Amino acid sequence: MSVDKETVKKIASLSRIAVTEAEADALVPELNNILGWVEQLSEVDCSNVEPMTAVIPNKLRLRDDVVTDGNVRDKVLANAPVADHGFFAVPKVIE
Amino acid sequence: MAEIFELGISGIRSGIASGDFSAKEVAETFIARVSAAKSLNAVLVETPDHALAAAEATDKAKAAGETLGKMAGVPIGMKDLFCTEGVATTAGSLILEGFTPQYESTVSSNLFKAGAGMLGKLNMDQFAMGSSNETSAFGNVISPWRRNDGGNTDLAPGGSSGGSAAVVAGRIAPAATGTDTGGSIRQPAAFVGITGFKPTYGRCSRWGTIAFASSLDQAGPMAHDVRDCAIMLEAMSGFDPKDSTSLDLPVPEWEAGLKSDLAGKRIGIPKEYRVDNMPPEIEALWQQGIEWLKDAGAKIVEVSLPHTKYALPAYYIIAPAEASSNLARYDGVRYGMRDLPDGAGLQDMYAATRESGFGPEVKRRIMIGTYVLSAGYYDAYYTQAQKVRTLISQDFDKAWESCDLLLTPTAPSAAFGLGEKSDDPLAMYLNDVFTVPSSLAGLPAISVPAGLDGQGLPLGLQVIGKALDEQSVFNAGLALEERAGFVAKPEQWW
Repeated sequence: MSVDKETVKKIASLSRIAVTEAEADALVPELNNILGWVEQLSEVDCSNVEPMTAVIPNKLRLRDDVVTDGNVRDKVLANAPVADHGFFAVPKVIE
Repeated sequence: MAEIFELGISGIRSGIASGDFSAKEVAETFIARVSAAKSLNAVLVETPDHALAAAEATDKAKAAGETLGKMAGVPIGMKDLFCTEGVATTAGSLILEGFTPQYESTVSSNLFKAGAGMLGKLNMDQFAMGSSNETSAFGNVISPWRRNDGGNTDLAPGGSSGGSAAVVAGRIAPAATGTDTGGSIRQPAAFVGITGFKPTYGRCSRWGTIAFASSLDQAGPMAHDVRDCAIMLEAMSGFDPKDSTSLDLPVPEWEAGLKSDLAGKRIGIPKEYRVDNMPPEIEALWQQGIEWLKDAGAKIVEVSLPHTKYALPAYYIIAPAEASSNLARYDGVRYGMRDLPDGAGLQDMYAATRESGFGPEVKRRIMIGTYVLSAGYYDAYYTQAQKVRTLISQDFDKAWESCDLLLTPTAPSAAFGLGEKSDDPLAMYLNDVFTVPSSLAGLPAISVPAGLDGQGLPLGLQVIGKALDEQSVFNAGLALEERAGFVAKPEQWW
């Protein structure tokens, strides 16, 4: 499987990364090189093999359903590029 | 007596205990070393006040006759992947420029509770994606080592924990934290002639460590020698309810358990690790390592890990897949930088922010990860890679039927020059050929400096152990260390 420029632009868009035409052109061979190399995995017979889910057997723990923190609004917002009235601020989403 | 700056963790501990010097003197010594080493570009933010405050606390505790913590009076370097409260943290990326964590990572917090101070935040490959420290947005780290050809080619310190490797090798910090996703502690440790340890997945909490590939990321120590790594790992690890994959197990006393007599231990030599084009010096060092372990009483057995050659391609599906998901959080809304072109809406803001904030290697991996997880390709790439990962893990399980530990080289070459491999992502990926399989299986592994090549550059040997058997890995590392007698240090030119 190899990618063309249209696919690269689609992946970039799904990744929310803006790319110029020139960048998309450059990415086509770069990504194909890497994808061509990982392709060799298809030659491994994996019938009856379960995909790995945890390297070290470990149970997902349950914790008590209690509040363990909170009242830290200013800390949560401290690193926001723009915060207004106690909220994260973003450009207008609905016209 | 050795100068203070030449001491590692255990040396500082005994010097403070016997009153040869105070913790304050230690902190002042290393603070001066840090500020004199700017040309290596290893430290992104200097935090002398943190180191001094921790030192004063140690001196006060000692004067009051209190029991000192495991890391008391030891000022360390902190890889910039660990969130440190009130101290800028960037993971080597512009997208986190200006980010000041409001909380402390569990690993750094554990180290500080054990008495360590922090000298500064260390440069690294951007989001830990790289093997040479050349993907940092804040410039390359330059290795303190130089070739013995009289030239002054700048060498890579390895990566992604390149700043950590450089400061410990240059005796700019007595020890540093690292993180290892596919070899990012062990390969740089080998490149600069220090000891690096990656514990079993789950020993060190990932909470507050900026995520790259969550099923692989593990923190570990980078230090002068095996003993120092054991001390530091004891302080770093431990159960943390805030990390769902943290192991709920007591932390063993690895330092107390150190023993270089390997009688009764069986060491496996995986035949698939004899890769093409391995430099003869590395082949010879590996053979030498076998002799050293025999001398320590171990029995050598040949083993097979048949899926080894598929480890790197599986890794380069799994790690980017996890990264593409983890790095989705950098959106210009909650932290870090925002790029808002004139008149742009929310989606354009995301795309512009991520375009200007991420470096080329990070973008490449996010896009690979996005592709292999996308509809229609998920099973062919991602599920297949996770199945291969199961087979790789089973290879190790099978090997453990006939041996207790594995001995391999750490990296397929000595350090290379900056710029020599950065144009070819695949050539760079191959650096991790010996470290990635054990990462995929979550196993503990150490890199021990074992010799110099013809250019006068360090080479490392790697010992891999069974899950949770860090002790045997430390012990075999110690047996190698005692026999290698590695004392070479870079000459100070910076």
